Amino acid sequence: MIDAYWPILMIVFVLAVVMTIAPGMIWLERRMLALWQDRYGPNRVGPFGLLQVAADAIKMIFKEDWIPPFADKATFILAPCIINATTLLAFAVIPFGPGWHISDLSVGLLFFLAMSSLGVYSVTLAGWASNNKYSLLGGLRAAGQMLAYEVFMGLSLMGVVMMAGSFRISDIVEAQQNVWFCIPQFLGFFLFFTAGVAETHRLPFDLPEAEAELIAGFHAEYSSLKFGMFFIGEYIGITLISALVVLLYFGGWHGPWFHPVVWFLLKVFFFLVIFIWMRASFARPRYDQLIAFGWKLMFPLALLNLMVTGAVVLAMR
Amino acid sequence: MTFAFYLFSCIAILATAMVVTSRHPVHGLLYLVVSFLAVASVFYVLGAPFIALLEVIVYAGAIMVLFVFMIMMLNLGPNVASEESQFLRPSVWVGPSLLCLVLFVEMIYVVVSGEPSATAAASEIDPKQVGVALIGKYYLAVEFASMLLLAGIVAAYHLGKRSLPDETTEEAIQ
Repeated sequence: MIDAYWPILMIVFVLAVVMTIAPGMIWLERRMLALWQDRYGPNRVGPFGLLQVAADAIKMIFKEDWIPPFADKATFILAPCIINATTLLAFAVIPFGPGWHISDLSVGLLFFLAMSSLGVYSVTLAGWASNNKYSLLGGLRAAGQMLAYEVFMGLSLMGVVMMAGSFRISDIVEAQQNVWFCIPQFLGFFLFFTAGVAETHRLPFDLPEAEAELIAGFHAEYSSLKFGMFFIGEYIGITLISALVVLLYFGGWHGPWFHPVVWFLLKVFFFLVIFIWMRASFARPRYDQLIAFGWKLMFPLALLNLMVTGAVVLAMR
Repeated sequence: MTFAFYLFSCIAILATAMVVTSRHPVHGLLYLVVSFLAVASVFYVLGAPFIALLEVIVYAGAIMVLFVFMIMMLNLGPNVASEESQFLRPSVWVGPSLLCLVLFVEMIYVVVSGEPSATAAASEIDPKQVGVALIGKYYLAVEFASMLLLAGIVAAYHLGKRSLPDETTEEAIQ
């Protein structure tokens, strides 16, 4: 009975978890930033300000949903849907515990890469469709940044794939029973995490929406729930990257005492806080520095990691 | 699975037709992305998930983003759409359409005559099998492709290289 409904149960479970974490992150981020900056942050609505997110959601839903007359209407509406669709779809291959997955695809890792490369269209098209100079600059920056960072994101993952001998994410987790891949693949972890931050365009890689120079970059013309979708999409993306870092480099659901799912969620939470911490501590680089960093430092490092890992795996046989 | 195959094929054909007829460059590109996704789905249905996802990553994800990037840089807008509306005159499309019609009739003939055609693989082809085929059976083709790509990279590097200062001043004088 339960076996037949298990995939449906899993879909509901994954959606519920992700859609709770993503808005929860907004509250957490504001509280943590406030803590590090010696302020209180939102603490008025509900216990510890937890209902602030609900208040924000109500505000966003009831705001006027304005589409600028000079915008390219169809693309303008399509853009915020893409980021939500691709990031949520990528969660289909994320196992939350042994057997706790929607689909255990044999090429699961590639599915994630495919979805993240499609997610770029969201930002790029939003920037273009707004028909606004600042938005277009934001969209262009996003496209250039993604091209630079996606290449070594894929390459950095290949080290893990070689060591586990599979693209299936649950196989990769099982291969980490004795030692987490963050130790033999430390360089790979560093590269993937950097690429992941760039992928979600969080500080220090938030140049597409750099508010000091570009107002809000690609989503400057967006209002109401369309802006909300970009906002939520960004946090779902952060959750996705954290989940992958945990699965690929930090042993996934492995851990003593607790239920595997609890371990997985705890580890993901740790990386979510790291994301917020990075926002609080880093400054934004210049755009040419960002691109040069990607192509001239990270890309050769990813190639080096690939070759050394390949040689070691061959030698160990 | 047969139904899914025909559904994705129809989407691919429709989207590709829209690429040709669409007057707006960016909308045309978006239809091309849809076409690539549909083709990837067809690969998946035929039992080749690895190739399907590579199609999405390489074509739909990376190459099309470059195209969109270029078109955004050129800032092609409504005036291009009006220019393009004059491209599709009957004298332009009749010739290619006739050639395509011949191909289409040929294809219909092959399908109707019941010749053996590509069918779904009995089992899913996993990444390992693809790798073994590439490095084993098709090793020479892979080498040729890599040489071609290397030539492309060298050429791109040469074209993108900043010219030396004395050259630029010469150009400025001319």
